[in-house]
Amino acid sequence: MSDTTQEPMLAADGRPLKQSLARALRRQKLRALMLIAPLLIFVMVTFIIPILSMLFRSVENEIVSNTLPHTVVALQEWDSSTGEAPDENVFRHLYFDLFKASEAKEHTKLGTRLNYERTGLSSVFRTTGRRLDDMGSDFQDPLEDINENFKEGAFWYEMLSGEGGEELLESRRALWARLTGESMAGDIGFTPSPQMADMLPWATRAYTDFAIWTVIDDQDVVAEEDPWEAVYAGLAQDLQSEQTQTEIAAYDGPGAQALKDAVANLDQLPEVNFKAAFIDAKEDWGTTDLWSTMQVFSSNYTTGYFLNAVDLELTPEGVQAKPENQQIYMQLFMRTLWMALVITGACILLGYPVAWLLANLPMRTANTLMILVLLPFWTSLLVRTSAWKVLLQQQGVINDILVWLGFVGDANRLILMNNATGTIIAMTHILLPFMILPLYSVMKTIPPSYLRAAKSLGATNWTAFWRVYFPQSVPGIGAGSILVFILAIGYYITPEIVGGTSGIFISNRIAYHISSSLNWGLAAALGTILLVVVLVLYWAYDKIVGIDNVKLGG
Amino acid sequence: MKLVTKLMTPLAAATAIAALSGAAVADDHMSSDMTIVSWGGAYQDSQIKAYADPYLEMNDGVSITWDESSAEAVAKMRAMNEAGNVTWDLVDVTAASAMRLCDEGLAMEVDHDEILAAAPDGTSASDDFGDLIVSDCFIPQIVYSTTVGYRTDLVPEGTPEPSNICDLFDLATYPGKRSLEKRPINTMEWALLCDGVAKEDVYDVLATEEGQEQALAKLDTIRDEVIWWSAGADTPQLLADGEVFMGSTYNGRLFSAIVEQDQPIGMLWDAQVFDLDGWVIPADLPEERLARVKDFVKFATDTQRLADQAKYISYGPARESSAPLVGKHAELGIEMAPHMPTDPNNAQNTFLYNYEFWADYRDDIDAKFQAWLAQ
Repeated sequence: MSDTTQEPMLAADGRPLKQSLARALRRQKLRALMLIAPLLIFVMVTFIIPILSMLFRSVENEIVSNTLPHTVVALQEWDSSTGEAPDENVFRHLYFDLFKASEAKEHTKLGTRLNYERTGLSSVFRTTGRRLDDMGSDFQDPLEDINENFKEGAFWYEMLSGEGGEELLESRRALWARLTGESMAGDIGFTPSPQMADMLPWATRAYTDFAIWTVIDDQDVVAEEDPWEAVYAGLAQDLQSEQTQTEIAAYDGPGAQALKDAVANLDQLPEVNFKAAFIDAKEDWGTTDLWSTMQVFSSNYTTGYFLNAVDLELTPEGVQAKPENQQIYMQLFMRTLWMALVITGACILLGYPVAWLLANLPMRTANTLMILVLLPFWTSLLVRTSAWKVLLQQQGVINDILVWLGFVGDANRLILMNNATGTIIAMTHILLPFMILPLYSVMKTIPPSYLRAAKSLGATNWTAFWRVYFPQSVPGIGAGSILVFILAIGYYITPEIVGGTSGIFISNRIAYHISSSLNWGLAAALGTILLVVVLVLYWAYDKIVGIDNVKLGG
Repeated sequence: MKLVTKLMTPLAAATAIAALSGAAVADDHMSSDMTIVSWGGAYQDSQIKAYADPYLEMNDGVSITWDESSAEAVAKMRAMNEAGNVTWDLVDVTAASAMRLCDEGLAMEVDHDEILAAAPDGTSASDDFGDLIVSDCFIPQIVYSTTVGYRTDLVPEGTPEPSNICDLFDLATYPGKRSLEKRPINTMEWALLCDGVAKEDVYDVLATEEGQEQALAKLDTIRDEVIWWSAGADTPQLLADGEVFMGSTYNGRLFSAIVEQDQPIGMLWDAQVFDLDGWVIPADLPEERLARVKDFVKFATDTQRLADQAKYISYGPARESSAPLVGKHAELGIEMAPHMPTDPNNAQNTFLYNYEFWADYRDDIDAKFQAWLAQ
């Protein structure tokens, strides 16, 4: 006998049985997987991926570095505690970054983003955006007076194009792609000359940016278009450098004469001072507040939205509590949890006797009752909530009856809606079927003979119920409570309609940030927190009661 | 987008050749259906009757799909743009939303004189609309105002009916519940006006922390009596039910409650907040669809059509040249002009809404306002 166990058992085709079995099982598993594949893919595409991408928004903050790539780098060296705005170098980068952004209409998005963190920044970016052209024309006009060639698009093209500047071109293209979110790929019929990139770095860079945008987005020919104001500003900036001036003196390529004229007449150009120009456009640029906000939020990922969602804020001095009159979210989270608990409790109290009746009455009566439970369940949520409005309002049915019966005076009608009471009443009614149905399905399986047996052994009605019947119905309570609680925590329509201000939930704020304030990052952070809270509660429930004790159906 | 335009070029060439071979296909370069987004209700009906139906009669084979999503238009357009699939062709939004869409590059900038019809006397469109063109993307249609209505039968005996916006805050003379919009816009301005701030200083004061506190403190005096609304239909309903004595809403809603439904309701024309509503065209529409939309907008915003719209709803036409053409209500036969927010008698003391201010301060003041509400 021991010999046979040593040798591997063989299947009919001569292979080892183990292998053969494993292969058959694998094939079976694969077939099973293929069966559920449509569902799996469907759930992934329509559920998991959107949720993940929404959650990703709660930390994503690439817009700052995508819109102002050079400024953000230059700003790193600035120390906000000096009490002074950054130096000219930062402003210079800001001008060229912002010029591009305003051409692509991206600068207002950045303003909106930063406005979430610091009020008023939105208008700073918008106002400044309108002034950028003027800042460049201040240099364009005198340059064109000095040498008429500067007016010609073709002249600039000839002067700045050359061989071997692919590296610069591609790096500029990559920045455009980050800014616009499009690939910006394609032949633009222009490569910057490396020699000019050395001699006139700012102008060449600005011209390359202009060329990419002109061809890829506007679909024009570079050489035929007049360059942006930023290119003139770039040239004016370049001409300030003594090294550039000596290089121009020795230069004899295309445009040499015009450049030499420009150097000779440098005194006709206004002073190059971007810092002064920006502060003139909007004085906020001279304050440290604006810059420190930008510095704090310059990284690609931020905890800012999450901090906002728990009434904190990120400042240069670290994480701080928000001013008291702006703290709302923690209070809303607490209220949401508390009211969901109250609603769950009310559902248990009201649902338990109904479910007991359903389970114990004769079939015919039970069915009629069941229809009464299901009928509202099938009615539109909006209709039911609006019906509650009619019932609960001060001139509504309930108050009218109470006044008619003399329980309350006409002048002291009860305030039953536009507050937490209204939300609790309406939501308890709406969620009641979710409690009754699982309870009913559990109670149906408890044999009535158990109760009779308990009584025949001398138990009172109460003991028989409490010691025998109730413990067996707990799985139904668990299932109903989980359903009601989790549904309640994310409720939105009912609190919105009958909740007034003291009866609204956190989801009403999420909806507000999604559809009105468009602060999707904050909405995503609030949503993530809500999701985590539900998961934690679920986990706690599993630890305390045990999820195996939950029965959703017979 | 790029791909579409590249594909369009050979397509356009093909159409041109087709056009050469037969003259009857002049409309081939326009798509035959449009999705228009509006507010639903009486307002959308007025648009359908005043210009959509006449346009469809003139253009056989064209169809219009209406989408009642204007209230969430900005959020939805942003989502569509991110998904790269803009299904809307023309969107009706308030001026503030239009500015936002324009800033974000979601709406198309238009040359008003090029795409809109001139007035019958030859005045260019941009002069005819005048200041109402508050954004390069915005094509104005109507002027509306947010004002206050009250129950005439609940006015205490011996007291005159309310005539001043500050009666809203006067619980001693006019006891009873109020309904106000559940957002700071308009409400904060009225609170400051009634707390002694001069009309021209309101936004300067509101920009300061103390000013915001001041407005909230004024609102504190009535907060126990306020029901906060979020849908335009709420206040007329609350007034009709007798749930509130006074409440703010849009003048067109009050008009239909008072004149069409004959409710015991009166309305104030004092410090009502002027606002605008109009069209925006989503950015980067394919050529064919854009051509159709332009054709429709040119028709729908001409002088006669805007005047026609006033037959169905009491909002003022945005064109100056339309005002003299405003006639009688289509069903009731009453003169509409005295019910327009633009009528000189009604516009004696109006309050101009500051778009720029709210664009910048909305998040900040809203956070304070909501925290105040939640206290």
